[in-house]
Amino acid sequence: MPEHPSKSAEELPDVLVTNADFDIAILHSELAAQGSDVGAVATFVGLVRDINQGDTVFAMELESYPGMTERSIQAIIDEARGRWVLSAVRVVHRIGKLLPGDQIVYVGVASLHRGEAFAACEFIMDYLKTRAPFWKKESIAGQERWVESRQTDEEAAKRW
Amino acid sequence: MIKVLFFAKLREQLGINHLSLEYTEDMVSVASLQRSLAESKDSDWTAILADQNIIRAVNQVVVDLDHPVRDGDEVAFFPPVTGG
Repeated sequence: MPEHPSKSAEELPDVLVTNADFDIAILHSELAAQGSDVGAVATFVGLVRDINQGDTVFAMELESYPGMTERSIQAIIDEARGRWVLSAVRVVHRIGKLLPGDQIVYVGVASLHRGEAFAACEFIMDYLKTRAPFWKKESIAGQERWVESRQTDEEAAKRW
Repeated sequence: MIKVLFFAKLREQLGINHLSLEYTEDMVSVASLQRSLAESKDSDWTAILADQNIIRAVNQVVVDLDHPVRDGDEVAFFPPVTGG
């Protein structure tokens, strides 16, 4: 049977919270295959920095609230879909132990035009930072400490 | 029964990640549940749970202190989030 050119790929879950690393090339091709009307894919990838508040960070442990975390991210995506016309959205967030340079989070948005894709990607990331239940604990020289939330993240989320 | 969950720094400070409690009239709201928890445990709990920054969720949705709690609910206490 000939494949219809505008056939969209199989239904993808919008949200994945996982211990495993992710491959941005695979995530990108899955988003781009969401329909022949997709004209733009905007993505964001967050990485573990090796420095925070002046201290060298050796490792980081990410904790989630299984169930609520996925649900909160889905609610953010649903809100983004209410604000912009989006063809597909994908959010992958890692939990567990991560090292400097490791990928933490992926946000990918496919839409007809770049304006929606850029805006929705940034909106989702700003909301995720302040609303999705994740907590970071970092290992610095000889000790561990919980990362404090930042006022600048609150302000970034308020502008939407 | 109600299920009470604690996450991240709060979980470490209290030394417990979850509790299963028989539902009583002392738990009709998040505020009264919190008070009842603090009274039934040692004085550290009162101070730790009184932190202004604590976020509370009922059935996985963030709520205010006056939100009702019903038998069978899942109530969570956690610090401000730091993902992404």
